[in-house]
Amino acid sequence: MTTYIIRRLLLLPITVTGVTLLIFAMMQVLSPVERSALYIRDIPKNDAQVERIIRQYGLDRPFIVQYWNWLVGTRDSETGQRVGGVLRGDLGYSRTGNQTVKELIAQRLPATVELALWSMVPIIGVGIWLGIQAAVHHNRLPDQAARVFAIIGYSFPTFVFGLLVLMLLYAKTGWFPPGRLSDWADVVVKSADFKRYTQINTLDALLNLRFDVFVDALRHLVLPTITLCYIQWALLLKITRSSMLEAMRQDYVRTARSKGLSERVVINRHVRKNALIPVATVGGLTVVGLLNGVVITETVFNYPGMGSALARAAASLDVVTTLGFVLFNATLLIVANLIVDILYAFLDPRVRYQ
Amino acid sequence: MTVEVTTAKPRPIQVGGYTLREPGRLERLLGPEWYRLLRGLVTNPLSVAGIVLLSGFVAIALAAPILAPPISPGADPYNIPRDGFSSEPKPPGVEWKRNVPPIPFWYKAVTGKDHWVHLFGTASGQFDIYYGIVWGTRTALRVGILVVLTTLVIGLVVGSLSGYYGGFIDDALQRITEIFMAFPFLLAALTLAAVLVPRMGRSIWPAVIALITFGWMTYARVIRGDILAVKERDFVMAARVLGARDSRILLHHVLPNAVFSTMVLASLDIGAIVLSFAALSFLGVGTDIGYADWGQLIAFARAYILNLDQYWYIVLFPGIALLLFGLAWNLVGDALRDILDPKLRGVRG
Repeated sequence: MTTYIIRRLLLLPITVTGVTLLIFAMMQVLSPVERSALYIRDIPKNDAQVERIIRQYGLDRPFIVQYWNWLVGTRDSETGQRVGGVLRGDLGYSRTGNQTVKELIAQRLPATVELALWSMVPIIGVGIWLGIQAAVHHNRLPDQAARVFAIIGYSFPTFVFGLLVLMLLYAKTGWFPPGRLSDWADVVVKSADFKRYTQINTLDALLNLRFDVFVDALRHLVLPTITLCYIQWALLLKITRSSMLEAMRQDYVRTARSKGLSERVVINRHVRKNALIPVATVGGLTVVGLLNGVVITETVFNYPGMGSALARAAASLDVVTTLGFVLFNATLLIVANLIVDILYAFLDPRVRYQ
Repeated sequence: MTVEVTTAKPRPIQVGGYTLREPGRLERLLGPEWYRLLRGLVTNPLSVAGIVLLSGFVAIALAAPILAPPISPGADPYNIPRDGFSSEPKPPGVEWKRNVPPIPFWYKAVTGKDHWVHLFGTASGQFDIYYGIVWGTRTALRVGILVVLTTLVIGLVVGSLSGYYGGFIDDALQRITEIFMAFPFLLAALTLAAVLVPRMGRSIWPAVIALITFGWMTYARVIRGDILAVKERDFVMAARVLGARDSRILLHHVLPNAVFSTMVLASLDIGAIVLSFAALSFLGVGTDIGYADWGQLIAFARAYILNLDQYWYIVLFPGIALLLFGLAWNLVGDALRDILDPKLRGVRG
């Protein structure tokens, strides 16, 4: 297994280099002046200033030099300070966020993490449960129902689903509002005697013993969570179902049955254990689904997380912010996939003892 | 003397419990693979529903000039006609006052009115939603077919080079594929489209290019796997012994046997692609405002998320169009996957 993990880790630098190269290549579509937002905050006022900035940061140098500068930063020829450098965490200045991209990410991340945490449990729990039910009742009513549910699920555009939910559960009934907090709760959260331990509203509210704020935060989370879940359930259900069906056809299952074990024991002990190993690999896909999903979901529900910030930057063609966010998300995804692969090695003895 | 003419059919031949039957005329015409596929599709009620829906969309796209005639023959039909400029959306049934299109022959018989009304209401800016949905069907099919064909060709080239030659080429292409796969698909496409819009202007193209750039990897991988499996078969060896060139072996022997199921399955990704395209439009990096495109129409609702009960028609009609479109492709796709899955071959029920 050690060889497997080492081999997996050796591939990592290649992927990371490739990802950064690709992002930098996209950046080259911009003019040198637009790219100056990587290093400075103000939009240059006149031509002379533009020229100076381009020379100062080497924005007219060859691709590979610029790429290196972008990675490690460049020295400002006047102040002598190091500026830029994505490896140092400097992703440039966000026009739409009116702050650096790094600050914008730091500011928006907790909201998205909160949403993702609340969605993760139902997505995985219910999704796998549905898949198991469908497989166990193969070709009977629960299976057919699950199948239809899944087909509708991945045919439903996230934003249409979100808007419809919003129409029914907020506009008609007023139950679950969009946004992240009601105005009064926002005031409470921002007040001095409300301690922000984690920036995650529901958690902070509990820690501050403000149950009214907790309920309010939860009410705002319901709709985006439902939206994220529904789309993801379809995928998880499908994969769990086919993995279970495959496992149920194996010889060891027939052996277990012929030993006279009850159906429940066969399913729980023999089938499910083996069937869920491949499902673990979907972890990476779930992360992709969440990263993609929050962009649309947060936009629909006006939820102030990373996704809506990215959508706004993209819509106003603020490319430096957009690329910074994508770089951040791609890194997240690479790490998630790495964890999934290593986890897989632990779970699957065939890989473990290689 | 009379000649006896036998009209009786030959007795079916029995082999090991199976009955060998004469292939029918259709089966001979299509060949066994296509015949099995077609039979599987028309015997499954879900896929029949999908096929009916799909034919409906194709019919709407073809009949667009009759269903929703453009105002003047010279104008670009993809620009939705506007009934004024007011930002307040109007509900279905309100009379069309300015910029009224010619009345088609079916209109009076169906609606019983002799002047145009906004059948599905208008969005802010008085864009007619009905017109947008009808012509949006064309946009959806155009974008879907374009993106699927291009990504398939790229996937085919990369996958076959990778699978057939192996070695260094395979390693290099695999790493490149992995790099593209390291991005969350929609985010990457959103970004590339946002980069391209200032250069190319607003049209379907930035989003189409973005969807192609980040959409070919799965095909490349699957085709690579298909080719690896076929490459070792005897007929490929035979061709090589006969001295056929690499290109001939690849194009005439390996590809036709390797990619059948991949091509069929890929063609059904049109649904998913159109949903992604609509998502990009919804987020604002797609077509220009007023272009007949479903995602663009739904984007109008973003201004009214607090009172969607009042402006429900902006979401509902284009939303249903998108949902049914996705559903149609997925219904057919789901059935096809089962038919083509070798593990399920021969399994009934």
